[in-house]
Parts: sequence; structure tokens; C-alpha cells
Amino acid sequence: MNRLLMGLKRHKLLSLAAVAIVVVVSVAIFAPFVAPYSPDVQFPNGISDMGSPLPPNHTFPLGTDLLGRDLLSRMIYGARTSLIVGVVANFIAVFIGTSLGLVAGFSRGILGNAIMRFTDLMLAFPALILAIALAAILRPSLWIVILVIALVNWTWVCRVIYTQTTALIEREYIEAVRSLGASPMRIMVRHLIPHLVPTIIVWGTLGIATAVQLEATLSFLGVGVQPPTPSWGNIIFENQSYFSTAPWLVLAPGFAIIVLALSFNVIGDALREMVDPTRKGRT
Amino acid sequence: MLRNYILRRLLQGLFLLMGVTFITFILIYVLPSDPARMIAGRSASAQAVEQIREQLGLNLPLWEQYLRYLWRLLHGDLGRSYIQRVDVSMLIDARLWPTMQLMFASIGFELVIGLTAGVLAALRPRSTLDQGVMFMTFIGVSSPQFVVGIVLLYVFSMKLGWFPMGGYGNWDNIILPALSLGFLGSGWYSRVMRSEMMDALRQDYIRTARAKGAGPIRVILIHALRNAILPVITMIGMDIGYFMSGVVVVESVFGWPGIGQLMWQAIQNVDAPVIMGVTLVAAAAIIIGSLLADILALFVDPRIRLR
Repeated sequence: MNRLLMGLKRHKLLSLAAVAIVVVVSVAIFAPFVAPYSPDVQFPNGISDMGSPLPPNHTFPLGTDLLGRDLLSRMIYGARTSLIVGVVANFIAVFIGTSLGLVAGFSRGILGNAIMRFTDLMLAFPALILAIALAAILRPSLWIVILVIALVNWTWVCRVIYTQTTALIEREYIEAVRSLGASPMRIMVRHLIPHLVPTIIVWGTLGIATAVQLEATLSFLGVGVQPPTPSWGNIIFENQSYFSTAPWLVLAPGFAIIVLALSFNVIGDALREMVDPTRKGRT
Repeated sequence: MLRNYILRRLLQGLFLLMGVTFITFILIYVLPSDPARMIAGRSASAQAVEQIREQLGLNLPLWEQYLRYLWRLLHGDLGRSYIQRVDVSMLIDARLWPTMQLMFASIGFELVIGLTAGVLAALRPRSTLDQGVMFMTFIGVSSPQFVVGIVLLYVFSMKLGWFPMGGYGNWDNIILPALSLGFLGSGWYSRVMRSEMMDALRQDYIRTARAKGAGPIRVILIHALRNAILPVITMIGMDIGYFMSGVVVVESVFGWPGIGQLMWQAIQNVDAPVIMGVTLVAAAAIIIGSLLADILALFVDPRIRLR
């Protein structure tokens, strides 16, 4: 009975997370139709007589920002940025991590060792610091941010895939296809990758949460997506100084970041439990 | 045996550190199209740029540049900030103590929040409390530091007025930044603590202790906790590395004068020598932290020594 209740609760959280992701994705795709205004228009009536941002009201549902732009519209377009960066950066990271981990685990020897030592080396850098250093020398833009996030996030995927590959190639069926004369390429693509797909999906989901947060943090520090292109992180960066008088400018995008990252984490975690039944009910 | 293991780990750490210098070298001297211009900053005069090129030997072959770079590092020379016109090593040195204070306070909060939550959750698995704790750990891993920092500032210093808006010097300045980091990090501790504690409570020696008439508090605190706490020691070692590597976001939100804030100021001015200096120190801190974690675990848990 207790178990059932727990399952239901879990389900509720999962469906909430799924709904949140669907909402953010559709809002991002249909931004021009959903957003009440353009994200870049500075409304003369969007600024109070004192020159400060307006609190939420009938014309501007979430209020306006420091330049008199509609916050809701900026956040809707910002969802595009956050999702594009999160999904694309993580896709690249998972691709790099999987390829390197697979090759390292399959070939072992000098090549495999070299790859894994390099991975350890990259893991020695704190992700945020390395990302800042990279962004600082490369002049930030949307694509640079995506690249930088991918470059600091592939290491974990590589470690996990490597460990799994080394376990897989000990199996008898691999020995069988090898003795049948299959080429290394064929073994990797046809016989190893299908077994790694669940892991790739789990990391593909959990990694989006990390990438979304990293983008927001870089943008908040001013080395991420550059204004006027809105992103949830740089909305906070731009409006930080109005925080005491206009807290909604920081709280609304902050809440959005947490909800999106939380949703991907909840779903990724549930997927991990499905993939790895030994962990069910624990941790 | 033990000595060999520690020596081997030290050697590994040293090799990693060498690799780290190689990466930072590439970041400063190889990737940028004009390294001298980048080091000097965007506003430097042509003469200053030329002087740097001369001084750092940027016309030499790459391997020779790398050796010179290593040589300078060995002498504690991380370069010179072109904004503040001081040695980077001196700038970092001045920031070490505040960052260390913040580290101790944050780890303290992590332990208090994380261990309490983890133990309570383990005692009543699947209860509302347990699920609440698990949900908080999800929030912890999903919230960017700056959002938590700003929300704490809003609630506790602007609305309630309990703590100052930031700054450094008084005892109450450290509470909010340390709480932000401690709250976010505590999720990992409570997860690990919960599963370790649940494992420990299932062991035979717990039944024995109970059979001998030990009270529940004694069983939990003395018998179970002592065994469940081992992985936590390793986590503390890792955290020391992480926090010493500069918590850029929290330090810049709260105006805490540590290594992270130095990094943040360097980003604003595109002060390359400082950015790269902090990056190097950060990686070194992580390596030393994980080394510390392994060696600590060795001394705390005799079972590891046998392996």
C-alpha cells in the first residue's frame, strides 16, 4: 500500500516534470505567437516616472525590465536560448564523450590509456572556471557558449561509457562476432552501441539540466549569451542592480531556470532507475 | 605498502598537475590569435604589447615557450595583472584566507544540513519526511548558485533584515554566502548519508547492539553513524578542493573578497593573466583535494588498507 502511494507520488512528480518540459518547449517553438510583445521593444509606458521598471500589471503580466521591455516576452524568447544551448551543447558533449569512451574502452592499450588520462586531466578543472577561461579567450557568442559547455561537460559521459564498454567487451557474444571476422568499426557500431543506448539516454537527459544551469551561470557572469539576445541568465545579469526595488526581474527567470533543470533531473533520475534496476528503492 | 600507495598517488597528482599547466599554456599562448595582445588587455598601447611579446619570448618555438612558462611557474611567477599592475600570485595570495573561511563555513553547513536530513530520512524510509528530503536534494542539484544566493539575500537581508547585504569582516557577513553553498551541497551529503545509514542499520552488529540493550540514540549515533560516515570523509576532501577552486558566483553575489571574486573582476576587465592564474590554482586545488580525500579515507577506514 505504502509502495503504491509512493509510486503514485513519484508518478505525479514525473508527470509534472514532463508537463513543464512540454510547456517550455512549445513556448520556445511558438515564441512569436505566444509572446504578447516583441522582446526588444522599449515601451515608453514600460518605465515609471522615476525611470524604474514596472511591477506586474494588466498590460505587462510580469512587469517590465530596466529598459522598459516586457519581461514575459523576454522570458519566452529566453526559453529558446536556454533550450537551444542546453540541448545542442549537451548533444555535442554526449557525442564526444560516447565516441571517446567507446574507442578508449574498445582499444585499451596506449590509445585507450591516453584518452582516459586526458579525460582525468579535464576532470581536474572545475567546469565553471574552465568554461570562464575558455569563454574569455574566445569572445562569447551563442555558438561559443554552446561549444564551451560541450567542452567542459563531455568528461563524465566518457568515464561512464568507458567503464561500460570495458565490461561489455568481456562478454562472449563479442568474442563470437570477433571470431566471425567482424571489423572493429562494425563491432562498435552494431554490437556495442545498442547496449550503450540506455546509458546515453540517461546522460542525454541529466546533462541537459547541467547545461541549462551552466548557460544561465555564464550569462549571469556576463561571459555567456550576450544581450540584447535574451536568455534567462542574462535577464538576471542585466537587471541585477534593480533587484532591491524590482525583485520580480530576478525571481521570475530564476524560478524558470530551476523548474526547467529540475524537470530534466527528475526525468533523468527516473530513467536511470529504469535502466539500472539494482538501484531501485535505494539512494 | 601504505607508503608506496601514498607515494604513487602523490606522483599521479604531480603528473596531473603537469598536464594542467600544459592546458593553461595552450589557453594563453596557443589558442588566441595574438597572445601578447590578449595578455596586455584590449586597451594596452602597441608599445606595451611589443614589450610583452619580447619579455615572454612569444617568437620562440612553442616547446621552448612552454619550458619558459614552466620555469616561471616553478618560481611562483603567474604573470602580472595588466589592470592592477601587480603580480598575479600576490593577488591570489591575498584572497586565500577569505576563500578558506568561506570553505570551512560552507562545509560546516553542508554537514549539519546534509547529515541531519540523511539520518532522519534513513530512520523512516518512504515517509513524508524522507520524500521531502529527497525532493530537496533534487532542488539542490537543479538550482544555480546565483539564484539561491539572490533569493537568500532577498529574504534574509532585504525583507527580514537579519543579515547584512554582503561584504566581509563581521561574523554575520559569512552566514548567507556559506548557507547558499551549504544548502546546495547538502543534497549530496544527505543522499549518501541516507543510503549508507540504511545499509548500516541492516547489519548484524546493530542487532547485537540492540540485543545488548543499547538505547535507540546510542545505536544510531554511536554504532551506525560511525560506520556510515566513512564516505562522507572522502566527500569532504573533494569539497575542500571544490571550494578552494573559487566559488565565482557566490563570492560575486555577496561581495566576498575571495579567489572567486578575483576571477569575476578579472572577467569584467578581460584580465587574461589573472583568469589563467586562477584557473591553474583552481585545478591544483581540485587535485590536492582528491588526493587528500583518498589519504583521509585510508586513515579513517582500515579496511581500505587491506585491498
